[in-house]
Amino acid sequence: MKIGAVVIRIIRQLLRDKRSIALLVFAPLLVITLIWLVLDGDPYEPKIAVENLPQPFQQALQNELEEDVVQMSESEAKEAFQEGDLDAFVTVKNHLPYVLLEGSDPTANSAVMNVIQNAFSSLSRQNNVQPAVEYYYGSDNFNLFDQIGSVLIGFFVFFFVFIIGGISFLRERTQGTLEKLLSTPIKRWEIVTGYLLGFGLFTIVQSFIIVAYSVYVLDIWMAGDFWQLSVVTFLLAITALTLATLLSAYANNELQIMQFIPLVIIPQVFFSGIFNLETMAEWMQVLSKFMPLTYGADAMQEIMIKGKNLSDLWHDLLILIGFALLFYVLNIFALKKHRRL
Amino acid sequence: MTSMITVRNAAISFGKEKVLKNVDLDVNEGEIFGLLGPSGAGKTTLVKMMAGILEGDQGEILIKGQKVPSLELMKSIGYMAQSDALYHELTAKENLEFLAAIYGLKRQERKAAIQEVLEMVDLTKHGDKVVSNFSGGMKRRLSLAASIMHKPDLLILDEPTVGIDPVLRQSIWQELRKLKNNGMTILVTTHVMDEAEKCDRLAMLRDGYVIACDTPEKLKKNQKVDSLEQAFLAYGRDEK
Repeated sequence: MKIGAVVIRIIRQLLRDKRSIALLVFAPLLVITLIWLVLDGDPYEPKIAVENLPQPFQQALQNELEEDVVQMSESEAKEAFQEGDLDAFVTVKNHLPYVLLEGSDPTANSAVMNVIQNAFSSLSRQNNVQPAVEYYYGSDNFNLFDQIGSVLIGFFVFFFVFIIGGISFLRERTQGTLEKLLSTPIKRWEIVTGYLLGFGLFTIVQSFIIVAYSVYVLDIWMAGDFWQLSVVTFLLAITALTLATLLSAYANNELQIMQFIPLVIIPQVFFSGIFNLETMAEWMQVLSKFMPLTYGADAMQEIMIKGKNLSDLWHDLLILIGFALLFYVLNIFALKKHRRL
Repeated sequence: MTSMITVRNAAISFGKEKVLKNVDLDVNEGEIFGLLGPSGAGKTTLVKMMAGILEGDQGEILIKGQKVPSLELMKSIGYMAQSDALYHELTAKENLEFLAAIYGLKRQERKAAIQEVLEMVDLTKHGDKVVSNFSGGMKRRLSLAASIMHKPDLLILDEPTVGIDPVLRQSIWQELRKLKNNGMTILVTTHVMDEAEKCDRLAMLRDGYVIACDTPEKLKKNQKVDSLEQAFLAYGRDEK
């Protein structure tokens, strides 16, 4: 009953606060779009070096490119890779075309492969010959946005829910309504639960919109199931919400909520899968185990890139729910600061 | 006369600062009781303890014979803080609906209760307006409405007329008397002397102690002075 009253009140408040809704939904969309524009932008013009290529093929290759192809030996090409001056080296090995990609930049990789495929198809007689492809650095062959987009969705959902949730719970204190509430017979857990459910409704809508936009409009790599991804996004948002309301107990104003961002949010970015964790120091890897985003981002990557199901990811999901529960319970205790009952 | 509030030996400190040192106080049922004192005297702290939000380090507070804090008691207490605890995005009615539900008013009762208090504070016409468009006085009146909607036995008002024009102050005091006549016990904090005059009985609070407690007339008579202000200063000197 009382929880219901809190839920209805929060929904009404948020619906009147158009900016907050915009921040919850459209800010993540905007940011993800910007990153998509940067990472998924204009076709990249690759630099290609060749050695001992048949004349017709070299010509076909040249036709696809604006810059001249360069003649180089394989060892010269590798030096050029290290200098970052070259994207690919093409030659013939064992009577088959052989492509060595620089590999560290997915945009360049796909541009090179595009050019080579086009060159092949223009030479109709060699239509069915597939080149052997190797990577000098790395081995990924899909684009950077596909690779980190899943993590980014998770991150931005987490980030914006954290800010809105934290500030609105804080405001309850600064505008004196928390004190008023605590002079009524409402119980502490009823307040926290009401908040969670009221905001939870908005985060469901938010998760759904952001996932739909990323998958259907931005056409991000999506091997898994849309609904399952929405569930993970939602869980991550709830974790962010519970963490935000908990931490807002330790902030005295909006600025102090912002001050939590470099402490709580930014570190999670570095440990959530955008950067390769295995290359980091051991203690940093341990640190990542304490961050909710690590599990949320991992689950999202597994679904989007590897097409896994929620049942394969119960480990991640369980930990996320655990985090949310922990923050929820701690929050009920944190309110003791304001009233013991 | 039965006692509504009994404060025995109450003390509280925040960190090293002792805000209330040893307070004893009795508020009778059905009176308007004033808590007079300069800012920093501990008025707000004391009423927050009565409302059950704060708890003292020693002593006890009984309301209607029950020990504070208790969730059960909170149903029969109305508390209006110094700041207007209102949700600015919501309309006046929505604010009241919310608190009515929190106080456990039944759905059928809510509408009537809201209508009644809106009328009482003269905001009936503005019920559907969003609070952020309200003037300071309107917010103050709405806060008062929100504190009496559940018909509490005890109404605690922390500086209810701060920042309010004389006309509105007059009308708020008229409301308080009406509520009193309906049997409500009202406790008001103030640092304004002419407002203290309007109370049935007064407690003078200074530096964490109650330095005097009686009707305004007797307080003045005891010190042989004409104004409460002088009485307050005289009691302060006696204390030292």
